[in-house]
Amino acid sequence: MRPALKELRREPSRFVAPTAILTLIAVLLMFLGGLLDGLIRNSTGAVNAITADVIVFSDSSQGSFLRSRVEPDIRKEIEQDLDAVVGGLGVTLLGGRIPGNGPRDLANIAVWGYETPIDGVPSPPGAGMGWGDERLQADGVEIGDEILLGPSRTPVTIAGWVDNTAYNGQASLWVDVETWRTVLNANRPDAALAEGVFQALAVTVPSTTAGETAADAIVRVVDSGLLVLTVAEARDAIPGVTEQQQTFNQILGVTVLIALVVVALFFALLTVERASLYAVFKALGAGSRTIFGGLITQAIAVTMIATAIAAVAVVVIDAVIPPGSIPLFISPRRILLSAVLLFIAAAAGCGFSLRRVLRVDPATALGGSS
Amino acid sequence: MITSSPALEMNEVRKVYSVAETEVVALADASLTVAQDEIVALVGPSGSGKTTLCSIAGGILSPSEGTVTVGGEDITGYDRRRLTRFRRERVGFVFQSVNLVPFLNARENLLIVDEFGRRERREAKLRADRLLEELGLSDRAANLPGQLSGGQRQRVAIGRALMNQPSLVMFDEPTSSLDTELGSQVMELIRTEMKSRGTSAIVVTHDDRITHFCDRTVGIVDGVLAA
Ligand SMILES: Nc1ncnc2c1ncn2[C@@H]1O[C@H](COP(=O)(O)OP(=O)(O)OP(=O)(O)O)[C@@H](O)[C@H]1O
Ligand SMILES: [Mg+2]
Repeated sequence: MRPALKELRREPSRFVAPTAILTLIAVLLMFLGGLLDGLIRNSTGAVNAITADVIVFSDSSQGSFLRSRVEPDIRKEIEQDLDAVVGGLGVTLLGGRIPGNGPRDLANIAVWGYETPIDGVPSPPGAGMGWGDERLQADGVEIGDEILLGPSRTPVTIAGWVDNTAYNGQASLWVDVETWRTVLNANRPDAALAEGVFQALAVTVPSTTAGETAADAIVRVVDSGLLVLTVAEARDAIPGVTEQQQTFNQILGVTVLIALVVVALFFALLTVERASLYAVFKALGAGSRTIFGGLITQAIAVTMIATAIAAVAVVVIDAVIPPGSIPLFISPRRILLSAVLLFIAAAAGCGFSLRRVLRVDPATALGGSS
Repeated sequence: MITSSPALEMNEVRKVYSVAETEVVALADASLTVAQDEIVALVGPSGSGKTTLCSIAGGILSPSEGTVTVGGEDITGYDRRRLTRFRRERVGFVFQSVNLVPFLNARENLLIVDEFGRRERREAKLRADRLLEELGLSDRAANLPGQLSGGQRQRVAIGRALMNQPSLVMFDEPTSSLDTELGSQVMELIRTEMKSRGTSAIVVTHDDRITHFCDRTVGIVDGVLAA
């Protein structure tokens, strides 16, 4: 029968306030979390998609593609000494003119030249052609459109769409390395790179000796001048990523803490209010554990309702917001994570009432009027 | 239960409440034996210690001195945990203030006892339905306490006290809120229920008119028992 759930059903009005507050908190938690996920995706999607053991930068680059350059002899060394698969990488941030849009209506584009497999991106479509990130569709770009890149208006034609490959908040355009070098050298003469020189190398070492990471192996072969990062490290080295994550996680942490306080306060009040009822329960032979279990059951039930409503709400918000307007990314993982955090907060919040439940004296059930 | 020991044996039980600096002697060297199957009326003025005696017999309060044995089980030295278990399994209580759970209907107020205990579920449901029928509440099973009359609430409380099949039931003023006729009906019911089960009972009252439903009357004045 579960008396705790019966109470929820028979006297729902009593639980409306905490459910409403928890729902708002859950929406906030999921929305902010989705915003963080969206921001991170926008700045890291492309780097995340690079398929390799490590990415090799020059050591003064601090992991920034734009500040890094790696000479061809280093590439040769790694390839030969480690029998490694090496692909050149480079990216250039440019404004792109889109047919049909006004002359000042530029789309921000990250032009990637790649030789290495990119998760979700096919091999380069050929000279003067590129795979466009779907975000470009928000700018009205269609397959077959010719985008004019940078001040020199270097043309690249969209061959098809790829998903989740944004970089630095900009949509990526994936081209072969020759096309990329042409675009770079034509539009950024100050950063021009000679044939064979890349910003970074994606390296996969097929067989490292036991206990040695791919990074160790590369440092062993090329002893100076390089910064070797895993894909995850390279992603965190993108300016702002770690800071964004830290800031948001602090906000999310405070939000969860508020949920905990709300649950703690509400159930503390409820426990005070129900002291005489609990005394009767105890006089009838209920243990403190049974009673406290009832409290937890109610807190979990309230949280479940709140998170369910919130989940629906953020999915609706996500659907209603026009794509590209804010970087919101709502995923089942984020919703689940928020729910789990709230359940933990709810259970912990109930903990504050435990002492009061333990101290209820069954003798108080004896006298007085009900 | 077939044992030769009496349902209740209280030996020189003292209960002293200390309030601030003063001490109130609620029970003074009370010795009382309730035989199996016996219904004892406990009669005395207000504040004489009737509720206190019932609570000690039912394991809700611990005596300051003396020993309490219920159905051969000496509960004198029990800690809170064991007393809780004892109450759950061995005794029934009808409180002076009835104390039904307001958000549970009549049937659920009976079944809640099963929630606290072994959780027999099916068996408990059968027992609850049978009790409700015996108590004439079958058609009120789905009513919340607020939708029941005082006499009906009193009967639900009696049913709840019998749910765990106790060997001893304490009725603390079960008729105080009822008029004479209804009080007699409830007492009749208590007697029938007790005798058909062979359960012992202490019935607290300060109404001399209902003592004839009991096998024996014990008086109490200022915490002192007088047979
Ligand atoms: N928790 C307590 N703290 C202090 N004194 C108490 C407490 N409970 C009862 N007393 C005192 O103990 C005495 C006996 O109380 P008890 O409740 O047993 O009387 P009673 O016979 O049941 O009275 P009534 O007929 O009014 O219910 C009274 O003087 C009462 O004031
Ligand atoms: Mg009393």
